[in-house]
Amino acid sequence: MKTVYKKPACLGVRKRNSFCPGCMHSIASRLVAEVLEEMDLVDNSVMIAGIGCGGNASFGYIDMDVGKAPHGRACALASAYKRCNPDELVFTYQGDGDLAAIGFAETMHAANRGENFSVIFINNALYGMTGGQLAPTTLEGMVTTTSPAGRGNNGEGYPMNVCELINCFKAPAYIARGTCTDPKNVRKTKEYIRKAFQNQLDGKGFSIVEIVSACPSDWHMSPKQCIDFINEKMLPEYPLGEFRSR
Amino acid sequence: MEKEFMKGCEAVAEAAVRAGCRFFAGYPITPQNQVPEYLAHRLPEVGGVFIQGESEVASINMVYGASYGGTRSLISSSSCGMSLMSETIGWAISAEMPIVLFNFQRGGPGIGDIGPSQQDYFQATKAHANGGGRMLVYSPASLQEAVDIVYESFEIAESYRSPVYILMDGITGGMMESVELPEMRPEDYIAEKKAAIKKEWGLGGKQGRIGRTIMGGDFSGIPLQTLNQKLEKKYLKMEENETRCELYLTEDAEWIVTAYGIGARFAKAAVNRLRADGIKAGLVRPISLYPFPFEAYDALDYTKVKGVVSAEMSIPPQFITDVKLAVKERAPICIYNTSGGVILDSIEIEKMVREMAGKEA
Amino acid sequence: MGKGKVIVDADWCKSCGYCLMVCPKGVLGVSGDVNRFGYRYVSPLKPEECIGCGLCATMCPDIAIEVYKED
Repeated sequence: MKTVYKKPACLGVRKRNSFCPGCMHSIASRLVAEVLEEMDLVDNSVMIAGIGCGGNASFGYIDMDVGKAPHGRACALASAYKRCNPDELVFTYQGDGDLAAIGFAETMHAANRGENFSVIFINNALYGMTGGQLAPTTLEGMVTTTSPAGRGNNGEGYPMNVCELINCFKAPAYIARGTCTDPKNVRKTKEYIRKAFQNQLDGKGFSIVEIVSACPSDWHMSPKQCIDFINEKMLPEYPLGEFRSR
Repeated sequence: MEKEFMKGCEAVAEAAVRAGCRFFAGYPITPQNQVPEYLAHRLPEVGGVFIQGESEVASINMVYGASYGGTRSLISSSSCGMSLMSETIGWAISAEMPIVLFNFQRGGPGIGDIGPSQQDYFQATKAHANGGGRMLVYSPASLQEAVDIVYESFEIAESYRSPVYILMDGITGGMMESVELPEMRPEDYIAEKKAAIKKEWGLGGKQGRIGRTIMGGDFSGIPLQTLNQKLEKKYLKMEENETRCELYLTEDAEWIVTAYGIGARFAKAAVNRLRADGIKAGLVRPISLYPFPFEAYDALDYTKVKGVVSAEMSIPPQFITDVKLAVKERAPICIYNTSGGVILDSIEIEKMVREMAGKEA
Repeated sequence: MGKGKVIVDADWCKSCGYCLMVCPKGVLGVSGDVNRFGYRYVSPLKPEECIGCGLCATMCPDIAIEVYKED
């Protein structure tokens, strides 16, 4: 019997994950572990983990070295860590609040400096860990615990398109946005992650992969409904694909 | 030992490089701009990394990130900049990261002004971040002392796995004095230290061992209490071994002047003139502000000491709270303090002692 | 067509249902049982139909599924 799929050896060995059922952070973390293993990088890589649901994978679910970053500051830590340890693969793993709200400056400036690390950015349109508050990526009209009348009715502004923003900078080498709504997209997202890591090994500079993700608990939807919501509402606002690939 | 005539900011920056510092991140803010300016060209010369962060928030997080991998890291700023770093200073204490910080105090609160002051005493020694963590705080009074302490601080930081905070100000940052510069740490020594950290507790890719997670805190309940108990033991050890104070002419002193950092230079001038005039004055100069040298004040002979003048550049006064704790009402204390860039005047200190002595006589 | 085999680790399944949405042969289904975490875990109800395509494992957020295929 040929193995079609077996979980990566570095995943779920030391600790389980505590993601909610259907959480796509969980798929993203799995993809990161799969790519690291397939590229034989698990032993020589460091995750700089943001604060939030994504941090869930950084306490041993993926058995690797992890440096937690104060909320929003992962790209600053990663900039310094990578420059001081250029032979190690360094990537940040952040949610939308971490990367695009409190960490907006750190993210944009690391991108603009062209720092040679990779960013895994999970966009689930709200703050998951803290119970579903408004995030920079919350959709127009979307109700969250801090936009009860729906985004836009109380001066909350518009959804923030991070890839498009970073695409304005000259330095970044790779900008892509994927999702995990079906096997085809999961495989494409995995390929984007691989490229983001390979770019780093080739010294090409800043790479970011945004992953449009479901948050069943705080969207108050079943996983199936989440996939429909992504296809119908999220993807029109967050078009998929590679914005830049040097 | 090379002798150089240097500006404070540059002297301590050079001392850090010689001590093995190979990463600096900082942000422009007067009166410490010469630190990043100096290191911008100096660090690359020794194969180090310099980044001007987009803010002090970003910069402290860069320094913190670099320390995860065992690189000797430094940040420099001034008062308001230090406030922007608070959260991550707390993380560095909790995660036990050996980073070194310079604070060249300026007028405060708020944007204050760009003149020198000692208005950050509480922030530096009591509450630089949430959570009540402690770290070593030294306040040098001369550029030679600053160079020596900075050179040592990278070793102390690593031996305690604790941040070390050098509290200076606009004067010590901007004045020039001749300093003897210590030897440059050899490259293999620096590399060994980094490798040892990566092996023992730092990050480096797990290289076959079990993966490590470093965080400033612990979410799993009891272990956070255990962490804080461990940190408390460390603080007690610091108090035992790292307390530093200068006692100048205090054995037979009747009038004690106490001040720290640049303030003590004014105080010493006053003490010398009083002594020349037959008035038995002495100086108690804390060098470590955490741990505060309470024993130095216990060592005074209160059968002789008739009064204390506490001098600092802070209105309202802050240093005085520790002085009162130390003196324990064994002698009357007068306060002489200036603020907002107005620097102390040794004649005023002298006058205050003479008034106390006059009343006494 | 090679014959496939899917194994679901009941202890890891959180019954999110992603695998059910993508299995082309309707092999998997919610079992009548509950694991220790209270999730109605998925299991291969029609194992003989499995063609070993692996789409279920591609979607599984919780690495609960292993897939094999005869050469």
